[in-house]
Amino acid sequence: MTTLKATAPSAGSNAFGQETASESALRRFLHGLPGVDQVGAEQRAAALGTRSIKTTSKQQAIDLAIRMVDLTTLEGMDTPGKVRALAAKAMRPDPADQTCPPTAAVCVYADMVGVAKEALGSSGVHVAAVATAFPSGRAALDIKLADTRDAVEAGADEVDMVIDRGAFLAGRYLEVHDEIVAVREACRRADGSSAHLKVILETGELQTYDNVRRASWLAMIAGGHFIKTSTGKVQPAATLPVTLVMLEAVRDFRDATGQQVGVKPAGGIRTSKDAIKHLVMVNETVGPDWLDPDWFRFGASTLLNDLLMQRTKMTTGRYSGPDYFTLD
Amino acid sequence: MSFDFEYAPAPEARSIVDIKASYGLFVDGEFVDGHGRSFKTISPSTEEVLAEVAEADEADVDLAVKAARRAYTRVWSKMSGAERSKYLFRIARIIQERAREFAVLESIDNGKPIKESRDVDVPTAAAHFFYHAGWADKLEYAVPGNPSPRPLGVAGQVIPWNFPLLMLSWKIAPALACGNTVVLKPAETTPLTALLFAEVCQQADLPPGVVNILTGAGETGRAIVSHPDVDKVAFTGSTDVGRAIAKAVAGSDKKVTLELGGKAANIVFDDAPIDQAVEGIVNGIFFNQGHVCCAGSRLLVQESVAEEVLERLKRRMGTLRVGDPLDKNTDIGAINSAEQLAKIRALSDIGEAEGAGRWSPPCDLPSNGYWFPPTIFTGVSQAHRIAREEIFGPVLSVITFRTPKEAVEKANNTPFGLSAGIWSDKGSRILWTASQLRAGVVWSNTFNRFDPASPFGGYKESGYGREGGRQGLEGYLA
Repeated sequence: MTTLKATAPSAGSNAFGQETASESALRRFLHGLPGVDQVGAEQRAAALGTRSIKTTSKQQAIDLAIRMVDLTTLEGMDTPGKVRALAAKAMRPDPADQTCPPTAAVCVYADMVGVAKEALGSSGVHVAAVATAFPSGRAALDIKLADTRDAVEAGADEVDMVIDRGAFLAGRYLEVHDEIVAVREACRRADGSSAHLKVILETGELQTYDNVRRASWLAMIAGGHFIKTSTGKVQPAATLPVTLVMLEAVRDFRDATGQQVGVKPAGGIRTSKDAIKHLVMVNETVGPDWLDPDWFRFGASTLLNDLLMQRTKMTTGRYSGPDYFTLD
Repeated sequence: MSFDFEYAPAPEARSIVDIKASYGLFVDGEFVDGHGRSFKTISPSTEEVLAEVAEADEADVDLAVKAARRAYTRVWSKMSGAERSKYLFRIARIIQERAREFAVLESIDNGKPIKESRDVDVPTAAAHFFYHAGWADKLEYAVPGNPSPRPLGVAGQVIPWNFPLLMLSWKIAPALACGNTVVLKPAETTPLTALLFAEVCQQADLPPGVVNILTGAGETGRAIVSHPDVDKVAFTGSTDVGRAIAKAVAGSDKKVTLELGGKAANIVFDDAPIDQAVEGIVNGIFFNQGHVCCAGSRLLVQESVAEEVLERLKRRMGTLRVGDPLDKNTDIGAINSAEQLAKIRALSDIGEAEGAGRWSPPCDLPSNGYWFPPTIFTGVSQAHRIAREEIFGPVLSVITFRTPKEAVEKANNTPFGLSAGIWSDKGSRILWTASQLRAGVVWSNTFNRFDPASPFGGYKESGYGREGGRQGLEGYLA
């Protein structure tokens, strides 16, 4: 296995210069990462899923989860009206309760960024845009970069890109790496600041946990601010074991380089219970440093209403029907 | 503004169990008063006295063996296998139906965390009855070369305190499936789930005398195994007591199976899936407070990755939650008895005195009850007593090796041979190592996994005979 402590150079812009100097060096590095035993990883994820989070800790966890939601709509039928409704929901998820926090961001296609930005104004809720020929990523690099620049120019705070899974599965790791580097470059704004880059691995297509770990490292080495499980368009999307392997990767990456990278499971997380299981996993795998919307997000749409329902139950002691929460 | 995720207490309700003030013996289908004295069973997590329990004397043992003999000759040995299996299926289902009751009671009396009694002990106990129920009418296919197997008669069974209900089911299920009747003694510190099981036997309408449960300590156990009308002795416990039993029954025609101590090596090669190996190490030694005969109490780690593995292990140990066994988020419960705690402390102090490096994560232990923090010793050599003797607690000895050959030599260099673990991503290395290890159970890339279909038992001083699987049936058939 690659002894990470020994081989990883200290933090810096060219921290992995040696590893990314050639296709073969990068392959050696990624294939030298410790393997993931499927049975063991799934067992650990299931064990963490049995934690029982009650009363005050449940209340706090639900509020934190709401603050971590990237409220998402990624449909061909998205309209300005739909996006404005979503933005309203993100800023005030529960109109009946002033104390309910806003979500972290809304996540839309690049052409909807302007509408979302306008609707959100100075609320502090970010706009995330999917780009790079989302969801398949099957387009030429210059088109992906143009897609990214489009989103950034329209005011996107965050860009969710997809990696080239075809290149990854064919073993052309350097190509995947260079593409992420180029997209990150395209995230730069005129004023020199930069949109945050989330790198979607589409773990449902990578299939093995070894691949998930390698792709996680590849994305982090290339400079991604976040690694994200899925587009939501491929099943299975986010699962607990996949998130576990990615959390282990960001933990090890910080140990090796001092740089912290965020994690975003997306797709398939629908209930408060699922969300809390993820938070428990964050807490016990990487610790409280990641228990913050800057470092952990949920890519979801239906999750929010379940969080709101549970939240209302916690504050009033009663369950209300789904009609008491807005459908957007 | 990082978030402090404290888990609020999540206690499992205790009200589901009804612990009586005192318990008698279960003989011939009835609860009866014993002739002897009584003793108290306490909750090791609080030191609260739970109940007064009868201590069976020789006369009680004789009555129980007679009841078992009568039930054997008149009813159980004459019944068809298919009929016997109905009772076993019924018992299995009742255990499932009353699973929460069993789990809570086990955690109260034993000190183990509710998540283990709920997710491991009780479901596996039910699984043993289901599995053996399936065998009862197929015994002619169980033992190669024995197309018409017969039961042995009365089985005298003595079980330990680490998995009270589960060990009971390991003993009773195969005995009954094969047509034997049983006199069983649970450990003196953990009698309550066995007594609840006696109620299950009544509920299942099991014919009187087929299962008899006698509570007591060493004397009661001795009386059971040396009773002249007992045909089969099955014991799980310490090597010392096992040796005494072997002596006591030597020269008689009793058939014996012994499942004794262990000092298992958990071998981590440099190509191991490291995060899962760390989980396996934790599960290997801290599962059930390390009160596991097959615990991975010696970590053999390849020197080239030792530092990294230890660093990760320590970080992981920092997340273990020690405390109230009934809290659903507890990972490590109470040590079963004051006596066992004293033994763990003594051996750990010896480890320190012999120069090994002792480490535990910071953890607040409750003030009442018997507690010991998860502990590792580094810089341990084969000569240290903590590397040779069974500690039977949450204490891990870390030993390094350089080559696969050295790993195998060190792993086998123990008088025990119950279990072992191998961690590697390389299939050929796993197979080679497994073939070299002198241990009854070898796990690869996992640890402490149990299944009723899988035979379990030891080499050398870890005992003889197998329990579980087809092989386990042989111990109850002639």
